[in-house]
Amino acid sequence: HLTVIEPVAVLKASEVWGALRGLETFSQLVYEDDYGSFLVNESEINDFPRFAHRGVLLDTSRHYLPLKSILTNLDAMAFNKFNVLHWHIVDDQSFPYQSIYFPELSDKGAYSSNLVYTPTDVRVVIEYARLRGIRVIPEFDTPGHTQSWGKGQKDLLTPCYNGGQPSGSFGPVNPVWNTTYDFMTKFFKEISSVFPDEFIHLGGDEVNFSCWKSNPEVKEFMKKQGFRTDYTKLESYYVQNILDIVSSYNKGQMVWQEVFDHRAQLKPETVVQVWKASNYAHELSSVTGAGFTAVLSAPWYLDYISYGQDWKKYYSVEPLNFPGSEKQKKLLIGGEACLWGEFVDATNLTPRLWPRASAVGERLWSSSNVTNLQDAYKRLTNHRCRML
Amino acid sequence: AENEPSWEKPCAELLVYVSTPGCNEFPSLDSKESYKLSVSKGSMLLWAETVWGALRGLETFSQLIGRDENGTYYINETEIVDFPRFPHRGLLLDTSRHYLPLRAILETLDVMAYNKFNVFHWHIVDDPSFPYESSTFPELSRKGAFNAMTHVYTAGDVRAVIEYARLRGIRVIAEFDTPGHTLSWGPGAPGLLTPCYVATVPSGIYGPINPIFNSTYQFVTSLFQEVSTVFPDFFLHLGGDEVDFTCWRSNPEIRAFMVEMGFGDDYKKLESFYIQRLLDIVSSLGKGYIVWQEVFDNDVKLRPDTIIHVWKENAMQYLKEMANVTRAGYRALLSAPWYLNRISYGQDWIEAYKVEPLYFEGVPEQKALVIGGEACMWGEYVDVTNLTPRLW
Repeated sequence: HLTVIEPVAVLKASEVWGALRGLETFSQLVYEDDYGSFLVNESEINDFPRFAHRGVLLDTSRHYLPLKSILTNLDAMAFNKFNVLHWHIVDDQSFPYQSIYFPELSDKGAYSSNLVYTPTDVRVVIEYARLRGIRVIPEFDTPGHTQSWGKGQKDLLTPCYNGGQPSGSFGPVNPVWNTTYDFMTKFFKEISSVFPDEFIHLGGDEVNFSCWKSNPEVKEFMKKQGFRTDYTKLESYYVQNILDIVSSYNKGQMVWQEVFDHRAQLKPETVVQVWKASNYAHELSSVTGAGFTAVLSAPWYLDYISYGQDWKKYYSVEPLNFPGSEKQKKLLIGGEACLWGEFVDATNLTPRLWPRASAVGERLWSSSNVTNLQDAYKRLTNHRCRML
Repeated sequence: AENEPSWEKPCAELLVYVSTPGCNEFPSLDSKESYKLSVSKGSMLLWAETVWGALRGLETFSQLIGRDENGTYYINETEIVDFPRFPHRGLLLDTSRHYLPLRAILETLDVMAYNKFNVFHWHIVDDPSFPYESSTFPELSRKGAFNAMTHVYTAGDVRAVIEYARLRGIRVIAEFDTPGHTLSWGPGAPGLLTPCYVATVPSGIYGPINPIFNSTYQFVTSLFQEVSTVFPDFFLHLGGDEVDFTCWRSNPEIRAFMVEMGFGDDYKKLESFYIQRLLDIVSSLGKGYIVWQEVFDNDVKLRPDTIIHVWKENAMQYLKEMANVTRAGYRALLSAPWYLNRISYGQDWIEAYKVEPLYFEGVPEQKALVIGGEACMWGEYVDVTNLTPRLW
């Protein structure tokens, strides 16, 4: 609650987080006149976010992002009242996260020894974010998207077979060995203590089954478990184990939509991130209809650049435009703008992400009737200059 | 071991030999940019006919240098004979849609040099703003720039760009696009633009330059007199694209003029009337000119040494245009497939790379008329915050 009158302006919030948002708004109210004097108009503002989870995803595996980039981005997020940094920290291409229990992961898996995030780097990010009211949710995506893990952790990934012999290449995490779960138990113990947020993102997307299908041990396991030829059952078996592990550390879990689509048994508090663009409204209905909390990213893949004012299409998304009851709609807790890193590094991150992400920021914070594009255009151009 | 490089004694110097010395000239379309580079055990030699070739050779030389794990710089024995396929290799920057501070332009010139570009096509003014500070008509930027103090190019700025470019073997070709794309000229030159009409009343809106008044041609003469002196390159780009006829058509004086001249209802004839006079003015100032393709498409009478700039892209139609332009005997510049402002997801450099400028139906004499091309970075969505990563 912000009251600007003479002689003293007053900002009231029930928690510091609200005060931070109010300070951001206050900074936007101040303007300069032609003579260089700073002015603020009398105002009375009562503000609160429409959605509680307003995130930005950064991908530091396809391209390493130096600390400075991440911190600059946290500043930009704060200017736009974003409150979650979804840190997609490792993936196929590289493993920059320096693990204390498993130093070989980044020793062998990072692009190079100086393209890593040390425990100090990670602490710096978390604290910098905290001071801006931003939660840091790390994503350690498994069982797919894990090629880089195999470099530093022998016997974690599934050896693929070709004509009865190992081909030399590897697939997703091996779900049949006990050692896999011993590793994950220890690994997520570390992650749970390093990252203070209540939630950890476990990934679970785009698991390619061909390698599993080629491996004799896996095939044997499938038979034993009665999964027959349905590898989504094997995937779910794996994911359920990981959910249990992470749950035992008192952490909540976020997963990509495939985990729900393939019918793994989720925990009641598991959050499902809807990312597939085709018919995402229908997916939102399914996820919330089954009683799960959802976060929307599908229409907000900002790495998909195109010519012209594409911010308008991001702005025009109405997250609650899906068939469902009042109760269901409450389960959509927010969304995330995603900037996947295939074509992004420190040389182009900031101009690519901003101010396009601002459109998403407003959609997630402001009331559902704030939809006028011409008005938004005026305010966005001013806001952009402020951010510069 | 067999695969280890054999280290010879450290090479200390690259000897540069230029057969036609002289560092005070400006590069031109005819400049010879070929060079030979010879790196061997005993010596490193760069030979070029002109300084411009030497610059290209130095750039190549800098690319040959490697660094090993110990930090030692090395270079492999090499023999290179190199020369450009096309003599006009340009880049267009648009400083009207968004002002670009001097440092952005200079930085771009550096990167152009790394890539052996040799023409900076400066699309300096357009509808949204007029940042060029004219000494003859100071009101143009005073009234037409986004901000007359902070968003202008002073005479000093322009000189700085031209010299910075020259030292990198880059020609600066300025474009003062008329008669369309001139809204920003209006505030500083009252009476220059055509007042549009709604029925019989001026609407308050303006259109292209008014081609029927003598004052227009007096103005144009004076402005181009100045521009011809300020910009040393032989060529000026005169624009001539996307002229919207609606405003002309709405204006009663112009309609009367059309009748008087016997142009009927063909406003292309009026456009040609203007352009022809413009070309004559610029010619008499001793300059050659480049024009956008519409000027050719609309049958304007052109001097034989006119260069036509092909930009319209519609399902590879530009190849037909290249054929038409060169068949008519004019030299051609290609930009149509290289509008780099039209960004898209993924490795779009591949499409740009695959373009074969001479892939059109024509005899060898025609193909020889293609003097090169230009990558264009129009400024609608570009300013200093995103220019460099978008362009390179």
